[in-house]
Amino acid sequence: MVTNITNPGRSGLADWLIQRVSAVILALYTLFIVGYLLFNPGLDYIAWSGLFSQAWMRIFSLLAFVSLAAHAWVGLWIVTTDYLNKWVGIRLAVQTFIILAVFVFLVWGIQVLWGA
Amino acid sequence: MSTLQVSLYRYNPETDSAPYMQEFQIDTQGRDLMVLNVLELIKEQDSTMVYRRSCREGVCGSDGMNMNGKNGLACVTPLSDVVRNNKLVLRPLPGLPVIRDLVVDMGIFYRQYERIQPYLQNDDPTPAIERLQSPEDRDKLDGLYECILCACCSSSCPSFWWNPDKFVGPAGLLQSYRFLADSRDTATRDRLADLEDPFSVFRCRGIMNCVSVCPKGLNPTRAIGKIREMLLTNAT
Ligand code: SF4
Ligand code: SF4
Ligand code: FES
Repeated sequence: MVTNITNPGRSGLADWLIQRVSAVILALYTLFIVGYLLFNPGLDYIAWSGLFSQAWMRIFSLLAFVSLAAHAWVGLWIVTTDYLNKWVGIRLAVQTFIILAVFVFLVWGIQVLWGA
Repeated sequence: MSTLQVSLYRYNPETDSAPYMQEFQIDTQGRDLMVLNVLELIKEQDSTMVYRRSCREGVCGSDGMNMNGKNGLACVTPLSDVVRNNKLVLRPLPGLPVIRDLVVDMGIFYRQYERIQPYLQNDDPTPAIERLQSPEDRDKLDGLYECILCACCSSSCPSFWWNPDKFVGPAGLLQSYRFLADSRDTATRDRLADLEDPFSVFRCRGIMNCVSVCPKGLNPTRAIGKIREMLLTNAT
């Protein structure tokens, strides 16, 4: 057993599952948004903000944001443990930066969803 | 066209400050030799060059090397398989420390093999004669037990190059699954518990370099997928 403390799911299995499930959610969300834009050619501000004022759309969006955050954290954590393999200090700094950035973007996303 | 242009990786840490490539002209007399035969001809020209070999028929796994960019066993690789434009570039297996010329230090590779406990574990009382296995259960070991530990796969795996101390690598994982799949082994849970971290198994990115080079035609990626399935079944 190789120990780790900076990966999101604590275990490789959990990370792997998070990566797969979040990918499916992100794919569904992307398909939905693209489909919505295609079926509403003359989209204006009222319709667009109307869409995001509905509870189910906010839940769906929040789910997508959380998925994006988790997906990014797992993926970038793996990248840092490959490419920054030799430099522990730099790796830890980059990982901290990634986690903070993910957190900031997530909170910001929630604020955008419920703020307007 | 029977003269082959061979570029050979040379490095002797006792006398060379850095590795270099040495050129040889080898007369193959138009025959489709094995790469190992070419090494023997080179050795006649320069007796200081070093490589490993033993069985010369793809059984011992000692002459794994990189031939024109692809890992394989020199003794069972015909020139017609690898030579392009009459040129052959021979290098040691990538990612492993070079001891001298084509000879690499396989220590990190064996340590990962040791880690997966490559022996049958069974805490049931020992039967009078032998532990029986049905023919169906025995069939599950096909495609696993044939591995000769040549390291062609693990040393072609980018994930193993990055983290050879943490990622078990395709060869070790193929053997790990060989014991996970064995109906006579009772240590399955402990074996799985040792593999669920983010590195040991999950560092595999599925690009299948291992499958494309295995001289025995084995499929470590499939075995890794099976281990992942077992981990998932065990934990959900
Ligand atoms: S799986 Fe194939 S390439 Fe890998 S060590 Fe075994 S025989 Fe060699
Ligand atoms: S499939 Fe996995 S083990 Fe095989 S070469 Fe790719 S990353 Fe390595
Ligand atoms: S010399 Fe034994 S496998 Fe090639």
